[in-house]
Amino acid sequence: MAITYAVLLFLIFYSFQPTLSLYEDQVGLTDWHQQYIGKVKQAVFHTHKTGRKRVVVSTEDNVIATLDLRHGEIFWRHVLGHNDVVDGIDIALGKYVITLSSEGRILRAWNLPDGQMVWESSLHGPKHSKSLLLMTNVIIEKDNVVVIFSNGRLHAVSCIDGEVLWNKDFEAESLEVQKVIQPPGSNFVYVVGFAASSQFEMYQINATNGELLKHESEAFSGRFSGEVSLVSSETLVALDSTGLILLRISFHEGKISIQQTPISDLVEDSPGPAVIIPSSIMGLFTIKINAVTIFIRVIGKGKLEVVEKANHETAVGDALSLSEGQQAFALVQHAGRDIHLTVKLAHDWGGDLLKESIKMDQQRGLVHKVFINNYVRTDGSYGFRALIVMEDHSLLLLQQGTIVWSREDGLASIIDVTTSELPVERAGVSVAKVELNLFEWLKGHMLKLKGTLMLATPEDIAAIQYMRLKSSEKSKMTRDHNGFRKLLIALTRAGKLFALHTGDGRIVWSRLLQSLHKSEACQHPIGLNLSPWQVPHHHALDENPSVLVVGRCGPSSDALGILSFIDSYTGKELSSSRLVHSVAQVIPLPYTDSTEQRLHLLIDADKHAHLYPETPEAISIFRREFSNIYWYSVEDENGIIKGYALKSKCNGNVDDKFCFDARELWSIVLPSESEKIIATVTRKMNEAVHTQAKLIAADQDVMYKYVSRNLLFVATVAPKASGEIGSVTPEESWLVVYLIDTVTGCVLHRMTHHGSQGPVEAVFSENWVVYHYFNLRAHRYEMSVIEIYDQSRADNKDVWKLVVGKHNLTSPISSYSRSEVVTKSQSYFFTHSLKAIAVTSTAKGITSKQLLMGTIGDQVLALDKRFLDPRRSVNPTQAEREEGIIPLTDSLPIIPQSYITHNIRVEGLRGIITVAAKLESTTLVFAHGLDLFFTHFAPSRTYDSLTEDFSCALLLITIVALVAAIFVTWLLSQRKELQDKWR
Amino acid sequence: MEKGKGVMGSGRRWAVDFSDNSTAPSSRDIPDPPGFTRASVDQDDSTVSRQKKDAESNWKAQKAWEVAQAPFKNLLMMGFMMWMAGNTVHLFSIGITFSALWQPISALQGVGKVFEPYKDSKVELLGPKLLFIALNLGGLALGVWKLNTLGLLPTHASDWVSSLPPAQEVEYSGGGIPL
Repeated sequence: MAITYAVLLFLIFYSFQPTLSLYEDQVGLTDWHQQYIGKVKQAVFHTHKTGRKRVVVSTEDNVIATLDLRHGEIFWRHVLGHNDVVDGIDIALGKYVITLSSEGRILRAWNLPDGQMVWESSLHGPKHSKSLLLMTNVIIEKDNVVVIFSNGRLHAVSCIDGEVLWNKDFEAESLEVQKVIQPPGSNFVYVVGFAASSQFEMYQINATNGELLKHESEAFSGRFSGEVSLVSSETLVALDSTGLILLRISFHEGKISIQQTPISDLVEDSPGPAVIIPSSIMGLFTIKINAVTIFIRVIGKGKLEVVEKANHETAVGDALSLSEGQQAFALVQHAGRDIHLTVKLAHDWGGDLLKESIKMDQQRGLVHKVFINNYVRTDGSYGFRALIVMEDHSLLLLQQGTIVWSREDGLASIIDVTTSELPVERAGVSVAKVELNLFEWLKGHMLKLKGTLMLATPEDIAAIQYMRLKSSEKSKMTRDHNGFRKLLIALTRAGKLFALHTGDGRIVWSRLLQSLHKSEACQHPIGLNLSPWQVPHHHALDENPSVLVVGRCGPSSDALGILSFIDSYTGKELSSSRLVHSVAQVIPLPYTDSTEQRLHLLIDADKHAHLYPETPEAISIFRREFSNIYWYSVEDENGIIKGYALKSKCNGNVDDKFCFDARELWSIVLPSESEKIIATVTRKMNEAVHTQAKLIAADQDVMYKYVSRNLLFVATVAPKASGEIGSVTPEESWLVVYLIDTVTGCVLHRMTHHGSQGPVEAVFSENWVVYHYFNLRAHRYEMSVIEIYDQSRADNKDVWKLVVGKHNLTSPISSYSRSEVVTKSQSYFFTHSLKAIAVTSTAKGITSKQLLMGTIGDQVLALDKRFLDPRRSVNPTQAEREEGIIPLTDSLPIIPQSYITHNIRVEGLRGIITVAAKLESTTLVFAHGLDLFFTHFAPSRTYDSLTEDFSCALLLITIVALVAAIFVTWLLSQRKELQDKWR
Repeated sequence: MEKGKGVMGSGRRWAVDFSDNSTAPSSRDIPDPPGFTRASVDQDDSTVSRQKKDAESNWKAQKAWEVAQAPFKNLLMMGFMMWMAGNTVHLFSIGITFSALWQPISALQGVGKVFEPYKDSKVELLGPKLLFIALNLGGLALGVWKLNTLGLLPTHASDWVSSLPPAQEVEYSGGGIPL
């Protein structure tokens, strides 16, 4: 047996069932949790005199939430499933929030104060169509009625209990219903739409019983282009498909008239087609020609008049009904660093109800949406508050010319995360906001001591807790000894970078990337990938680290790429470039140049490799390693995995010496009729592995791990079984897993799980992979582990050779030289379905590993890797038990204390990221989804540091007391001795 | 000493010993009175003193052998203790093992001192010393064996490979599903 084994045994002995849970007073010490809702799509204010003022919002992340209008906090929030998109929301009876979701199939009512669901009804219809929600003031048998048009059917639903009162089908094949309108004070609704894009249809329907009152239609010589604006309860404005002619459609008293006005008549120098911005402001509508927003008024008998042309970016809000049929609407215009919020009356363009100018943070970008709400001031005039949604998805409330609150909801849609070290602490630079003075320090320690000795009063305990939570130590802007303080750099879907401090989760800086900004050349820029670019170690004091953001001009794979380099400490965009090639893959290479910039290989859609940074030094480093660099691509649609090597300079581009052609080395073609790739996973590039040997204590043996960065885990399922769980029978469903060496294309291991099905969540670390799937036969989720060992080095067992160093265990190895591997695997049942899976990572890789699983309940559950050890058996021997092998059980235990998110839910959990701290025992865990959660996690407890509640003061006092006692007793004994001598 | 005791031994109710005990080793138990020097008497009678010296060296040799054999008992004791401690690593077994290692080592360090009292030109101390050393080495071996059974000796391949970092790979490959 081995020394290390004995030491390990000691560790295991102490951490046999590691207590991962925490005490109540430890919550919030190292963890933080932030709640977000995503980009707001629709907002409805609820500002009755009684009760708290709130706003109900629905977002693009399928969240329904009510926010406190005073502070922007979430009162309640419901996250609907990813396929349950919210189509419309409204407030009914002043106490229910009505939501229409899931393409108009589900209508729900939530209790406004507490968010409890009151009722839910499902609406079905004959065909797919637009979903419209209209709150009517029609009352049938004391029930308020909400009218819904969805899936080709008009439904009237009671607001009280969700009962469908009547419904009516609109089955005409090509009818596309655009609007459902209730003229004020009437008890009928108009359903208007286009049939076959060239015919206007109008149905008048009795809202009390669904009876068809009138049906008219009118053909139009051209074609309609979709969107419409409502300018009165019986007049619409639309555009024809060329975007050059405005159509004013009136259906007053059942008579349809279509009046055509070419835009060129209204706007002299109109350059190109217009787009209508859907709205429903009485007598006014908005069109947009390129970047110019044009407001057009409808006067009297079909006359149109341009009231304003705005060249600045402008956002227009929907109409808000004031008293006596007056309507107000808001528009927000950008002017340099300021935004101008204007609230106008619909019928009176000149008279502004409100004109405010607000200084806006440049990093929020343009205003995308504006929602207004009015209140009556003490002098009887109207005041307005505006909720605006910015380009970076943040949400702000403006009132009386100031930003009352803002929410960084862009953080709800993180694409990629990386970390960066903080600046090194320099002498003479005070970084803490408030340096504690000696008195406060002493006071703090006295309080702590009182707490330890159980003398503290409840106030003292509260003070101690406050002190612990607000410790300036954890939120400093410098590196700490343990490596707990870092910057989490997150790229969001809006193209904004955020740097969060791991201590308290605050935003250190944020930057809306100019290179990911919409422009002429780049219409739909998206961020793809974030990776550390430069991590200075040698010049850590005077150089800042930087990160690389890779983006693309559009969703298609051949869109041109964008690179942007950002300083990690300040968020400044150091440089950015538009690439002349597309970006299909970003491969960070394990080489850095003399300035410690990491070499990156960008693969474009034509399989050319482009080297960055484009410096002669980089190319010389690259040349040296040229023959050892390979890459592979997984084409999951056609089930082919291909491996490439670099060949030569690109043929096409003469000048570009940073471009290389690829040579196809190998390809694995999976039979498309029986296998479909659903998951691939590789090891993390920066993972530290402490040892290559796995000690088998039972027979005093050693096995050599097959530790390779070039391993790829691929999971495939039967094409039939790629749908939902339960859509196939066990006989026609299987899951095949592969372990592939990506240099040679050698399949090292292949295993079939019959009767199993995806989705597969997998994690690869060291020499093992753990994956999660569904077993159709057992009707349960399963988790399997595969461990892979190198058999070709197994004969390195002679102790003497090892002692004198005559072995080949540390000599570099090539994928071409070895292929003898042994795998061990085992499967277990598991209760939860998973959203994400990750593994802890520590600085040196010595600490035992735990799996972190994002459960369906949006929590993060830690599970010791020892539960997924293929050597588990039903009756392990004494030696195996000592080694820490747990007796085999058919299912993996879920220990309630090992939820590292304790009682918190990370709503919409998408990813778990683990980062090693400098302290070997500790991993930093960051889970993101809609919410963000961060905590420190010690897989084998913090064996290398004192716990946070260790009282240094008590230790010091004990030592002082002991020294004093020794001194006193020494004095006493001296005196006694003297007396004895005199006797 | 035993000789004297034998003479004074039990059985008889009383006895008067007329033999001159002044030169016998037993008389050394009683310190000589101040001012009295025995040397002058000894020198007078060389045969008596030679006899006396022989007896003393005999006794010393006997004693030396006894001392040399003493670790044997210790060895048995240690063996029993080790058996009691079991083969798992915990405070007790480690304590026993380390004391089992420490005792022979300290004894070996003090070999000279242990045999100091029996040093004599006539006494052959090599034999007892060798026995003493052999027995202590046996104790040490027992300790080392125990250490090994506890798994605290690097005698297996695993002890040497576990500190080796994973080998470097020549090739590097990256990629994945296109973004």
